[in-house]
Parts: sequence; C-alpha cells; structure tokens
Amino acid sequence: MRYLLRQLGLYFIAAWASLTLNFLIPRLMPGDPATAMFARFRGQLQPEAIDALRKAFGFTDAPLYMQYITYLRHTLTGDLGLSIAHFPAKVTDVIATGLGWTMLLSGAAVLVSFALGTLLGIIATWKRGGWLDSVMPPVLMFLGAFPYFWLAMVSLYILGFVLGAFPLRHAYSDTLSPEWSFEFIGSVLSHMVLPALSIVIATIGGWMLGMRSAMVTVLSEEYITMAQAKGLSQWRVMFSYAARNALLPNVTGFGMALGFVLAGSLLTEIVFSYPGQGYLLIQAVRNQDYPLMQGIFLTITLAVLGANFLVDVVYVFLDPRARGR
Amino acid sequence: MAAQQSNSGGSATRSAGWIRLLLSNRKAMVGTLIVLFFLLLSVLGPVLVGQDPHAFVGMPHEAPSAEHLFGTTGQGQDVLAQTIVGARTSLAVGFATGFAVMAIGAAIGMAGGYFGGWVDNVLSLLTNVFLIIPGLPMAVVIAAYLPAGPMTILLVLVLTGWAWNARVLRSQVLALRDKDFVSAALVSGEGSARIIFREILPNMTSLLMSGFIGATVYAIGAQVGLEFLGLGDLSAVTWGTNLYWSSNNAALLTGAWWTIVPTGVCVALVGFALTLINYAIDEISNPRLRAEGSWSRLLKSRNVAAGPSTPVVRAHGA
Repeated sequence: MRYLLRQLGLYFIAAWASLTLNFLIPRLMPGDPATAMFARFRGQLQPEAIDALRKAFGFTDAPLYMQYITYLRHTLTGDLGLSIAHFPAKVTDVIATGLGWTMLLSGAAVLVSFALGTLLGIIATWKRGGWLDSVMPPVLMFLGAFPYFWLAMVSLYILGFVLGAFPLRHAYSDTLSPEWSFEFIGSVLSHMVLPALSIVIATIGGWMLGMRSAMVTVLSEEYITMAQAKGLSQWRVMFSYAARNALLPNVTGFGMALGFVLAGSLLTEIVFSYPGQGYLLIQAVRNQDYPLMQGIFLTITLAVLGANFLVDVVYVFLDPRARGR
Repeated sequence: MAAQQSNSGGSATRSAGWIRLLLSNRKAMVGTLIVLFFLLLSVLGPVLVGQDPHAFVGMPHEAPSAEHLFGTTGQGQDVLAQTIVGARTSLAVGFATGFAVMAIGAAIGMAGGYFGGWVDNVLSLLTNVFLIIPGLPMAVVIAAYLPAGPMTILLVLVLTGWAWNARVLRSQVLALRDKDFVSAALVSGEGSARIIFREILPNMTSLLMSGFIGATVYAIGAQVGLEFLGLGDLSAVTWGTNLYWSSNNAALLTGAWWTIVPTGVCVALVGFALTLINYAIDEISNPRLRAEGSWSRLLKSRNVAAGPSTPVVRAHGA
C-alpha cells in the first residue's frame, strides 16, 4: 500500500508539473504569443473583439500569480478554453471526439505487442541458439530502428494501396454511422489493422529482447536448478518458474514505455488520418491552434499517468514483495 | 604519487584493451562502418551532389530512372540529392542532441547520486516527473511557440529526453559510491569534484558511451518525427522534412513509394548501426553476455544442445 501511495504522490506532482508547464510555456516564450495566436483573426474581428478573446484565453494584464490562479480554477473545472481551428468549439469537446479512438488503437496495439513480444522472448530463451533466438532479435531490432510512422507509411502503401487488403484511412467506413452493429464493429476492426500492425512491428522487438535478457538472468537462479532436479517438465519450468519472475521487470518497463508508444501512435494516426489525438494534434499545429495543442498535451499526460497507476496496481498484484514495501 | 602513476597506467592499458575488444566484436565493426559511411556522406554530401537539392529537375513523381536514380518528389526535385543533403542537418542535430542529453542527464544523475540527501530527493523527483510526462506532446507544445529550426528541435529534445540517462547514471553512482576506492579517496581528503571526475567517472565510461549512443538514436528518430509533423524548418532539406513533403504531396496515394523509402532506410540504418554498437558495448562490459555468446558457439560446434543455465566461465578458444 505504501508503494502505491508513493507512486500516486508522484503522479499528482507530475500532473501539477505538466499543468504548470502548460501555463508557463506560452508566457515564457519570446515575443507575444497571444498576438501570434490571434493573428489569424486579424481582419476578421474588431480589435475590441480580439481583446475580449485575449481575456477569454486568460492573457490579461493581471499579475502572473493571479493569472495562474485563474488558469488553475478553469482547468480544474474542466474548462480548457476555446479551440482556434474549430472556433468557437470548446477544446474539451474537440478532444473528446478523438480520445476514444486513440485509446482503442494504442491500447490494443500495446497489449498485443507486449503479449506477443513477451511470449517470443520466452520461446527464444527456451530454445537458446535456435533460429528464433539468433534470427529474430536482429531482424526485430532493425525493424525497431525505423520511425513508427515510416513503417505505417510503408504498410499503408503495400497492404493498403497495392494489395488493397485494408482500408487506407479513417476509423470506419464513411457510409456507416457509429452504432453497436456487427457491420460497424467489423469496419472499425478492419480500419484498425494497419495502424495497429505498424505499431506492433515497431515495438515488439523491445519487449522480446527485454524478456529474453530477464529470462537469462532468472534461469541461473537456484530455484530453477531445483525445479529441474525435481524432474518437472521443461514447459512447467519455463512458464511457472522462470517466466513468472522474469515478467516483473518487463511490467515495470511497460509503464515507462507507454508514453513513448503513445508518441509513436500519434504519428501513426496522422499517416492513416485516424481520427484520434494525433490527427487533432497535427491539425492544431498546422492552424497554430495553441489552446487545442495544450489541451491535447494535458489530456495525454493525464492518460499516461492513469495508465501508469494501473500498471503499478498490477505490479503490486504480481510481486508480493512490493506489497510489503 | 607512485600510486597515482600506476593507477593511470592501469587505466591506459585498460582503455586500450577495451578498444581492442570493441574492434574485435563483429557487431561493433558493422555498426561503426555504417555510422562512418553516413558521417562521411553528411560531410561530403553537398559536394557530391553538386546541385541545389531544391532545384526542379523533372516532372513531379517521376519513377526511378537512369537520370534520377531515386526518382523525383512531388515538386519535381531529385530524391537522391535530397536524401544525401538531408543527412547533414539530421545527423548534426542528432549527435549534438545526443551529446547534450547525455551530458545533462549525467550531471543531474551524478549530482543526485553522489550528494544524496535533499539534493538527491529533489533531483530524483524532477527526473521521475520528466520521465513520466509523455515527451512528444510536450515537445510539440514547446516547439510550436519557438521559431522553427534545428536549435528549437535540439532544445525541445534535450528538455524531453534527459531524464532517462539521469536515472541510469544515478543508480550507477549510488552503487559506486559505497566502493572502497571512493571511501579511500574521501579519507585521503580529495574534494567532491575530484572524486566525481577522477574516481567515479572513469568507471562509468561504458555507461556514458551507451547513454550517448542511445540518446542519439532517440534524437534522430524524434527529430524526424517532429519535422514530419511540420515543426521543423520547412525550407531546409533534412530527412524529416523530406518525409513531411512526401506526405504533404500525397506521395503514397499516387503510388510514389520512392519518395519515402530512401529516407526511411537511411534513418533506420543509422539507428540500427548505433544500436549494434550499443549491444557490443553491453556485451563487452557484461562478461556474462560475452561468456554466453562463446559458450553457445562452442556447444553448437560440438553439436550439443544448450542447457537452460548461463555459464559464467569463459569458454577457451572462442
């Protein structure tokens, strides 16, 4: 419990730090970002209207700490301001349209990659020196060196454009509307295959190698020798004795890797015009929609913190030693 | 004084042996050759190309031909020229960022690990917070407010990337701090700076090296990603902007695969080569991995199946 509370404290501080960064970044930058931000409205709106907008976005002449308090109050009540690109829609509403898709895509991809990579790692150590052990790691390492979004572009080209096996863009077919029907879910799944596949290809090598080196360490422990001396089957030794213990460092790594994987999946979404956070982010960048960009940053940070806490809970469940601490 | 000399002599032979080990390692050789090739390309590239990579030399999206070996972009520019010229900025920013990330991470991690107490508490908290905040969205938010260009990219990547090295080096310093030679230096009255730089630092060369290489791999990849998002200097020719333009010109939807393949393969080759060097360093500084490699080769040559345990002995003749 103490362990979980300590982690929770860390996440609160991280959340506060990203809130504060979010507040400080526009105000610390050279020049007047507020002017740059509203430049696109010039000519469309009267100067008085722009002044009113500045106030609405929190760029007032009040002292910094007053601005900070106002900012915190607004953010904590779920008010992230108005989007510029989607004016006058609220940032929270714009983000809400893409949050589910991002969580679905990156969640599914990360879980598949983790499960498959870990399993491959176990099998590779099992048959050490076999083809899986000698051929797969360098191949996966090489694939892992490509930028995610580049792999996404290639799989889009080969599997989508040339072979036509999967749809090229969007999360579901344009002719369908979201509903709980067999047809719609099928469409969502077939649209998800290519983006998820490219994330899995890019990340699976890391899990496999991590699991493999953890397994190598665990296999030299005495309880493994003991298990073998007892005459247990290789299968039992590998999965019930070695893999269970070797899994722990990989689970901790899982939380760490989430942010990184999420970054890759944001870029992958852009390649496939998948309507998640990444696609919103690039629209925000192109339209200099700073409130939306910052809202996405906050949302993704909170999502990663939440996911990390879940990983911690799983870790405590898996490792009895963590419960005592 | 005598002790000092024998000590430095020992470290000189040790580092010479270390380099020899690195050169005799096949992974390290392949990795180093690839990296050297790209470094040479980035230095000589613009001279080799001998033309403005922006120049319009043909029709948009011409397929590879004898005239344009890698075809043309959506704006009729030569893809080969852009790939070669792009190497310079991409690699320069990558290596510079890698170095800065390593240096800042090392400074913060070592300070925390060595001084302990509240300094360590504050620095560890800072490190953990930066580790957990997702890097790309933060980098995007900061880069969007700054003028586009290599310096901005370097700055945001250092800001979002230093924490990992700090954590790794801190735990290493914590382990080394309790070693006898550090206690001996403390007792003999050496100052903190001297202990950190003369006693502890030389024992972490392989960690610093692999930290630098890992950070460079991260920096090259993240830089390409940020530029792909349109946060780089769009008038410059770099690997990232090459991909940005090919995606902007809908290259793939018109079947122009040649606009993305050369750049992607270059990025991956550099990343792969650097990772290979890192694995080699790991193998050399971790005797168990080395023993395992020669052990499994030995077993294979005798046609014996490997047992599940790791030998800690070194197999002779391998």
